Amino acid sequence: MKDLIVKCFNISKSYGNIKALTDINLNIEKGELFGLIGPDGAGKTTLFRIMASLILADSGSAFVDNLDVVKDYKALRRHIGYMPGRFSLYQDLTVEENLIFFAKIFNTSIKENYHLIENIYKHIEPFKNRMAGKLSGGMKQKLALSCALIHKPSVLFLDEPTTGVDPVSRKEFWEILGKLKAQGITIIASTPYMDEANLCDRIALIQHGKILSVETPQKITAAYGKKLYRINAADNFALLTQLRGNPEVASCLLFGGYLHVTFKNDADTSIPNLEITEPSVEDCFIELMTKSND
Amino acid sequence: MKSFLSFIQKEFYHIFRDTRTVLILIGMPVVQIILFGFAVSAEVKNTKVAVFDPSNDISTRRIIEQINAVEYFSVEYFLTPNEIHEAFKKEKIGLGIVFSENFNGNLFHTGEASIQLLADATDPNYATSIINYASSIIALHKQSLMIENSVSPDKNAKIIVPQMRILYNPSMKSAYNFVPGVMGLILMLICAMMTSIAIVREKEMGTMEVLLVSPIKPLYIIIAKMTPYFMISCINMVTILLLSVFVLNVPVAGSLMLLNCLSLLFILVALSLGLLISTLVNTQAAAILISGMGLMMPIMLLSGMMFPVENMPDILQWFSGIIPARWYIAAVKKVMIQGAPIEYVIKEIVILASMAVLIIALSLKKSKIRL
Repeated sequence: MKDLIVKCFNISKSYGNIKALTDINLNIEKGELFGLIGPDGAGKTTLFRIMASLILADSGSAFVDNLDVVKDYKALRRHIGYMPGRFSLYQDLTVEENLIFFAKIFNTSIKENYHLIENIYKHIEPFKNRMAGKLSGGMKQKLALSCALIHKPSVLFLDEPTTGVDPVSRKEFWEILGKLKAQGITIIASTPYMDEANLCDRIALIQHGKILSVETPQKITAAYGKKLYRINAADNFALLTQLRGNPEVASCLLFGGYLHVTFKNDADTSIPNLEITEPSVEDCFIELMTKSND
Repeated sequence: MKSFLSFIQKEFYHIFRDTRTVLILIGMPVVQIILFGFAVSAEVKNTKVAVFDPSNDISTRRIIEQINAVEYFSVEYFLTPNEIHEAFKKEKIGLGIVFSENFNGNLFHTGEASIQLLADATDPNYATSIINYASSIIALHKQSLMIENSVSPDKNAKIIVPQMRILYNPSMKSAYNFVPGVMGLILMLICAMMTSIAIVREKEMGTMEVLLVSPIKPLYIIIAKMTPYFMISCINMVTILLLSVFVLNVPVAGSLMLLNCLSLLFILVALSLGLLISTLVNTQAAAILISGMGLMMPIMLLSGMMFPVENMPDILQWFSGIIPARWYIAAVKKVMIQGAPIEYVIKEIVILASMAVLIIALSLKKSKIRL
């Protein structure tokens, strides 16, 4: 087993009556690209903030790089890079000024760690005299990532880095993360997009403050117990209502242009155009969600 | 230290890239001083006077001449009593003078002649000042008459002639009262309001989250946030003093050094108050509201800037005691206008210093190392 860089033990956190996190146990290995996958309000940001020493858990403990997030928060803050879900740089400072500022408050300089951010920063360097507030969504995220990386953190926490970013930039962003991983930085990213799950080494599916499963994306999809079929029609919505009325059908959900269907027993062969398909992480997630809700 | 300096540099970028902020910071003191110094003036100047003079003799003419001669009055109309009332309603005049008939004759034969002074008391302060001025001119005339006609003091025995001396502000300029007030107001607004907004903005924009997850100490963040406003306040102090000395002709009677030390102490109180506000609220709008309503209004109304504290009901007097600006304004009046040495402002210094300690302790206790 590899070294563990993040360890969470029985973490719980409530906001008033709302339980944001319940008994979270999570181990993240050194050097992996770990994905925290879940819908909005699942508790991803809360967990990130606890790991980044920004808020205190009600119970349980967490260690990042062998440092207690409560007791050793001062030392910890020198070792982690954190990028909040919302764009959190100074909009009235230029790209370069932002980067210099963050380098300086971490007692380093752009020169010292330029090799780390080179890949990312070169995309935005032509705009280095532009105000950060005037960048596009994708460029903002690249700048934020550069700023989070400039002090050579051992762990990088990225809270929904691709939310609100166009598909091309999203793809580019994940490629960058892959390169950073190759440089030995542990990356923990959260995302509500299921398609990004496949790009992670391991993922944790999180829902209603509970972790449903922690596995590699391949193992998660392999663990999908049922045969999955897909079908489409000119009017998918009418078909959906029709199939849901069919007593043989266990579940029927709309995925893009297709309906994903599972059956209670064998497939109902009387349905035309039915073809077998591979389950995606999203199918597995929905199945796990339904199970945990039961 | 390098990280601290770059933080301060960043704060200056924030300030100077926002034109509105710069205008408020640099323009407000100038505008307020000019406004309070010239426009908001309780002085009586160029009041138009209407006269009803049925006698039209040597005495009445001399009195009218003397009234017209001072810069406060200009005699513009000769009207009947009814017309004087009309003129008041049309707001053409500020003072009406009605002489009795056969004024000079009565004055010298019976020793009694009457003058009626009419003033519009919808503004009581204004009316009182006008009447006082006019009465004093008439009294002066009476005195000179007695001397001219060598009326011996024995005959009109025992006249008490009050010798008035108005101290510290002989020309009764309202600027003397407003300059200390404006200093208190401006310094409080800039320090408290701007610092609280600057800190809360980091919270609102989410950048506080990133700053907290950095090795920079929260105390440094706070000090770095305060430094630019501290420097700007010092500049404003100098501007206000220069304006008041050279434009409003309000001299600094006491020690300039003491005045500056007092101001630095007050700036410290105001900065820590801003810090305290920033720990209590999470949005810029709330920060503006609290510092606007919670600081500006009490300073304007209760600090003694506009209305004397001594005239307030007990409960308001007590309340004004917790307004730092009240003590600062009182101390500035003593030092700047009356030229008092440090012994006379010890009480104010002690109160302001304890306020600073208390507020700083409170806000450091409330300021967080986490979200």
